[in-house]
Amino acid sequence: MSFFMEVLLGGLLAGVMYSLVAIGFVLIYKASGVFNFAQGSMVLFAALTFVSLLERGLPFWLAFVLSLLSMLLLALLLERLVLRHLVNRPPITLFMATLGLSYVVEGVAQALWGAQVHGLDLGIEDTPLELGGLMLSRFDLFAAGSAGLLVLLLSLLFNKTRIGLSLRAVADDQLAALAVGIRLQRMWVLVWAVAGLVGLVAGLLWGARLGVQFSLSLIVLKALPVLIIGGFTSIGGAIVGGLIVGASEKLAEVYLGPLLSGGIENWFPYVLALLFLLLRPAGLFGERAIERV
Amino acid sequence: MSQTVAPLLSLAHISLSFKGVKAVTDIGFDVAEGEICALIGPNGAGKSSLLNVINGVYQPQQGEIRFAGRARRAMQPHEAAVAGIARTFQNIALFKGMSVLDNILTGRNLASRSSWLEQAFRLGRAVADEEAQRAVAEEVIAFLRLQAWRHTPVGQLPYGLQKRVELGRALAARPRLLLLDEPMAGMNREEKREMSQFIREVNQVFGTTIVLIEHDIGVVMELSDHVVVLDYGRKIGDGEPEAVRALPEVIAAYLGQQRH
Repeated sequence: MSFFMEVLLGGLLAGVMYSLVAIGFVLIYKASGVFNFAQGSMVLFAALTFVSLLERGLPFWLAFVLSLLSMLLLALLLERLVLRHLVNRPPITLFMATLGLSYVVEGVAQALWGAQVHGLDLGIEDTPLELGGLMLSRFDLFAAGSAGLLVLLLSLLFNKTRIGLSLRAVADDQLAALAVGIRLQRMWVLVWAVAGLVGLVAGLLWGARLGVQFSLSLIVLKALPVLIIGGFTSIGGAIVGGLIVGASEKLAEVYLGPLLSGGIENWFPYVLALLFLLLRPAGLFGERAIERV
Repeated sequence: MSQTVAPLLSLAHISLSFKGVKAVTDIGFDVAEGEICALIGPNGAGKSSLLNVINGVYQPQQGEIRFAGRARRAMQPHEAAVAGIARTFQNIALFKGMSVLDNILTGRNLASRSSWLEQAFRLGRAVADEEAQRAVAEEVIAFLRLQAWRHTPVGQLPYGLQKRVELGRALAARPRLLLLDEPMAGMNREEKREMSQFIREVNQVFGTTIVLIEHDIGVVMELSDHVVVLDYGRKIGDGEPEAVRALPEVIAAYLGQQRH
């Protein structure tokens, strides 16, 4: 039983890291209806900027602040150069634009900081910690804690401030948002910058685990099943989706793996996502599209 | 009427076209402070386009918009909202997933004085500010008798009530000029009577100037101080309701008689 619990908790903690990537998607999708394929590149860009600044001798906090500012700058440029010109275009156009964008962002990151793999040490030892008879990864606990804090801050921003109300308004009806004096462009910059912050945190945690390198941008592929299971429009959904993916892939690997000759961890989430697409296409927390014509 | 007081809103030579298709051609009219002005005309006459020009959703190719003493080539939506112009839409543009109260609170968007950091952690001015905005929203809710639906998601309300919530959101901004695009479209007689009553009260109690688009000519004659008639993007009548009703062009355009 305690082995089962260990696998389950380990999976849940790993799932938090998936949630973190998925939240970046949800933020932008909610506010502008854009599926931002470039989220992975943004994670990479943020992590690479951070680690490069750190290697040049900057203290941790300064590197963090500067990386955050670079994400804000990126958001400003994106809105000015890309999004503003694509207002009212069909979603597929915007999706294609973010697809192109992901290569540009990756290219810029490479041009700025070079292409080598960087190690990132956040000063957290990845040693097991015994909690009530269960062995848990110290790093996973730290990652889950950081993610939890970030989600708490985001929910304060979204639910308790006028900016949050404006963001929800923009997500709901852009024309109406304009009429009450909400500046759409400013909200887009804001939401992309916040997605940048989420990307930075995700990039640091994933970077510390896998090393900061270009394959980091591929974690978008891990976020996909999370989004399909949790729904594209709910931060809560992204969290629950991440937990489900994390826990189920570890449990499947341990208990089903031996029957299927192992290695099922990598594809199991997609099978789960496929089941959701068949049975509950809007995901657990997604809004069902109701359109009256 | 004395002409010594400058009009609140003055449009001059407004022309607007979309890729060569003319929506509005050389239109000009004045709206005096405190009046209810109705824009009438057949479908496609350019009425909604004109409202969109006034609150900055469309930028006209030609003309000048003078509002509250300031002349502009064109409005921007945010500028219009800051200057005190609020509006409702022909096809209700509400935040469907939000409650009635939250929808109306978005109307207070520009009045909020505390920063987002203060709001997130309920520090400094945030608490007093929040209470002030809520007080205004509650006033609007009481005025429009929406108390029973305060926390209902707007998407679940019947059409007539949604129209009322949209009016409430516009009122929450305490506008100087209120633009109403077909506030009574699709309503039954009872709902129309109620909405007319609200519009008249807004005008009388708050002194809000109102420009509205309406098809029901009976309602227009009863409600408005001033009627502007459009047809094919041009102005064909402008004056007091009785005078306008008697114009032959108006009769022709409205009854669909043969012209020329």
